[in-house]
Amino acid sequence: MTARVTLRKRRRGIRQPWSDYVFDGISALLLVVAGLLVAYPLIYVVSSSLSSTSAVMGGRVWLYPVEPSLTAYKAVFENRQITTGYINSFVYTALGTILTLVVTMLSGFCLSRKDFFGRGAFSALLVFTMFFSGGLIPSYLLVRDLHMLNTIWVMVLPGAVSAWFIMLTRTYIKSSIPDELFESANLDGCTVYGMLAHIALPLSGSIIAVVGLYSAVGIWNGYFDAFIYLSDKKLYPLQVVLRNILILNQMDVAAVQDLRDLATRQGMSNLLKYAIIVVSSAPLLVLYPFVQKYFVKGVMIGSLKG
Amino acid sequence: MVDRVRVNGNGTGMTRRVGNGGAVWRRVRASAPYYVLLLLPVALLLLFKYYPMYGLQIAFKDYKVRLGMLGSPWVGLKHFTQFLTASSAWNVISNTLLISVYSLLLGFPAPIILAVCLNESPSRRFSKSVQMVTYMPYFISTVVLVSMIIQFTDISGGLVNQIIRGMGGTAVNFMGEKRFFRLIYVLTGIWQGAGYSAVIYLAALSGVSQELYDAAIVDGASKLKRILNVDIPSIAPTIRVLFILNTGSILSVAFEKIYLMQNNINLSVSEVLSTYIYKIGLQGANFSFSTAAGLFSSAICLATVLGANAVCKLISGDGLL
Repeated sequence: MTARVTLRKRRRGIRQPWSDYVFDGISALLLVVAGLLVAYPLIYVVSSSLSSTSAVMGGRVWLYPVEPSLTAYKAVFENRQITTGYINSFVYTALGTILTLVVTMLSGFCLSRKDFFGRGAFSALLVFTMFFSGGLIPSYLLVRDLHMLNTIWVMVLPGAVSAWFIMLTRTYIKSSIPDELFESANLDGCTVYGMLAHIALPLSGSIIAVVGLYSAVGIWNGYFDAFIYLSDKKLYPLQVVLRNILILNQMDVAAVQDLRDLATRQGMSNLLKYAIIVVSSAPLLVLYPFVQKYFVKGVMIGSLKG
Repeated sequence: MVDRVRVNGNGTGMTRRVGNGGAVWRRVRASAPYYVLLLLPVALLLLFKYYPMYGLQIAFKDYKVRLGMLGSPWVGLKHFTQFLTASSAWNVISNTLLISVYSLLLGFPAPIILAVCLNESPSRRFSKSVQMVTYMPYFISTVVLVSMIIQFTDISGGLVNQIIRGMGGTAVNFMGEKRFFRLIYVLTGIWQGAGYSAVIYLAALSGVSQELYDAAIVDGASKLKRILNVDIPSIAPTIRVLFILNTGSILSVAFEKIYLMQNNINLSVSEVLSTYIYKIGLQGANFSFSTAAGLFSSAICLATVLGANAVCKLISGDGLL
């Protein structure tokens, strides 16, 4: 038996057992099914949004747009609520991400430095917030007492400190910037500020990209803060507008187009929903292929323990 | 006090003897630039993360807007007893637990299986494209996800019912029956999150040394055996960390998705602690009671994380904290 096996090995290298082919088959099948299950709903939404009302209502859209038309998109872009929401979301995302980056880089850099006295205390304060929080009501009362309800600040300030981002950044700086660099700068008389500005920041390009992207996605897609703290319609970010239209059905389709009979109106409303889904998700999905490698990188940094 | 030896802060590796009190002061002074840099982060941290924790005291008080947080009278554990003796509370707690446990049981293994399959796939190109596609739903907002669920399960024109009808079945009103609620919640959660979580495991799998695989191959291990005996033990630390973090959220089913999915029909199974706290607290302006409910849930969360951590340490000798 042993002799036969060695013989076989010698002849054609190491042979794969038959069970490997079965495994490969099942695994490939699983992956194809997973890919299709994820991709198909997305394709369906895009195709529906590009089809005509009657095609969507008649259930004739399966894979590609039927009777292509851009009516829905025209209506979406003419809708004041949506355009205002778009602009608001853009402003909140930009400001929030910049502030998050400033706070994260400052804290991450300090935590990566061994000569920072109080490092342990600061990091304990941060980590504790990952597992415990004051909760909804005390936070709401704080924002109310600060007179920040219905202001842009409530969308930007409270979320700026993220223990998770800071720990990620600290790990990145510690593991990817050699200590010798800081040491020699120190010997040359470089101050702490100089180390941050001339060493840490220029060498942290990819972690800045990662944190910036995660934070931007979070702010763009979140609706909870706005939902709790904003009641002024002019300040609504896109997601709150979307909730009103998509889930609470608060969009007067008749106002968009002169549609009198109920069936067409219903059809138009469905079509509009698909178009709105596409328009609101587009900025991130278009960006995605370009930033994918940074996302994966970020996750990999995060998975390094310590 | 005993003098102690320490490594010089500026990293030159020199050691020197210093007195204790003077040393602390010197180190504080040497760290001054860090304190300047941290002014803004610490201010935001204390104000927006720690001040609300201080505000938790209203759970033990009868909060009146007129009297303010400090002026309101102490009432001890009144709100906690009230919460824990209310019949609605136990329904809410059991709903929360059930949804969390289902999510954990079904949702936790999914990304691990996906990552292992992706890692073992012989074609790099194929596995890259599947990874890219499955990652995509992470970018879709909760609002859009829930509206897609509603659109797709619509009884008249929804895609799912069109498919059911096409296969000769009768249409089902998925969102209109409460027995489907948990299933829909958990499955769509996997749809949105599995690809994203798989990346973490993939990163861990990419760190497995090739020599281990080669040794296993030489020993005649099949792929399945290699997965069970090389891959899984190698990514066990990652699995452990994520498991601990996941158990921590066992009583904190996120507000956003579940609130959007709620309707009058499914409310008896879909009301969870976060939505309950919101409704009682902000809609009902019952601040103290709702804060007590919130504190109860945060305390349980903290306890579960610590408990899971202790269990992991006991079993494997290594925890997260």
